[in-house]
Amino acid sequence: MSNLKGTFLNGIFDENPIFRLVLGMCPTLALTPAAINGIGMGLAVVFVLSMSNLFISLLRNYISEKIRIPAFVVIIAAFVTIVDMLMHAFVPTLYEALGLYIPLIVVNCIILARAEAFAFKNPPFQSFMDGIGMGLGFTLALTLLGSIRELIGAGSVFGIRLLPMAYEPAIIMILPPGAFFTLGLLLGLLNKVTDRKAEKQPDADCH
Amino acid sequence: MEYASRIFLILLSSILVNNFIMSKFLGICPFLGVSKRVSTAVGMGIAVTFVIAMASLFTYLAQYFILVPLHMEYMQTLAFILIIAALVQFVEMVIKKSSPSLYQALGVYLPLITTNCAVLGVAIMNIEEQYDLLQSLVNGIGGALGFTLAIVLFAGIRERLELSDIPKPLQGFPIAMITAGLMSVAFLGFQGLIR
Repeated sequence: MSNLKGTFLNGIFDENPIFRLVLGMCPTLALTPAAINGIGMGLAVVFVLSMSNLFISLLRNYISEKIRIPAFVVIIAAFVTIVDMLMHAFVPTLYEALGLYIPLIVVNCIILARAEAFAFKNPPFQSFMDGIGMGLGFTLALTLLGSIRELIGAGSVFGIRLLPMAYEPAIIMILPPGAFFTLGLLLGLLNKVTDRKAEKQPDADCH
Repeated sequence: MEYASRIFLILLSSILVNNFIMSKFLGICPFLGVSKRVSTAVGMGIAVTFVIAMASLFTYLAQYFILVPLHMEYMQTLAFILIIAALVQFVEMVIKKSSPSLYQALGVYLPLITTNCAVLGVAIMNIEEQYDLLQSLVNGIGGALGFTLAIVLFAGIRERLELSDIPKPLQGFPIAMITAGLMSVAFLGFQGLIR
């Protein structure tokens, strides 16, 4: 089913939520001082996104147009609560590291945007694959950002020291400014490499 | 007296030291979307301040008078987001009636406040830090003022940026991020203010 594969890959490359759609910035910037956080958050989002996409798609013929946003929010909040409890139980250190940002997945623009743009209009399995694809794209982006910041800011990646001890880490990369710089430069680089015209200003419309 | 100084510290912390956008990365989406003109930024800031103030109040009441007594803390995320969504609807109606010109000016940004990480973030933070009602309100309003400060400053810079000659790959979003990074470095200067 090439269509499914297309949908899946779309979320990782063509419409990568961070680098192309520019959604879900809050956790991207906040959680990337270390690469491992990126993976943890990313996988939580994969779960919430794919499950909520699935359920919204299953229910799409029963949700009326007018109350669709509150309906989406309720479904998404339910899955966020589930993943929150699961993480608390099974990976407590990661849960501590991600802290506030786990419940904030519920207002992550990516999930609402995909629910609105895709899950509400497409069959269940397709929506599920879109959720997984987008979630993995998100995870990839976060891990990439996290690795860069961790490498320059602490000389390690996933806690494994890669650069020689003589390397003086640039702490600023782990602090908030580092997040902004890394993302901005990475995006600029990507633009250059893919030779796109200057992006239209990202719309903050998540609905 | 000690209580008053604690309140003052919370205020200082939420506006400057732990600025929502610059340190905690809450509210980035509207920060990037609304900050192209100073006037829109100010309007957004005011709306957000109002919503956060009300949200701090109602989520506090919901947590301590409904969720905790019924042992339903796990419903926190769901309950809070529904309260916030309802509040935003309400604020939208109030503004529409009382000041149609403001309503026009804010336009589509008003409903977007629902998905603003800052609102939900503040509500959850208030509970986690176990602030009482007054402290929650101060934290919320302070945070919103800090948000407004950051977004208005950024809008001012961005208005000028539009007239500058920027290399093509960096145009738009990338240069905005780098600018935000530089602002963030400036805000780092506040770090030592509170122990």
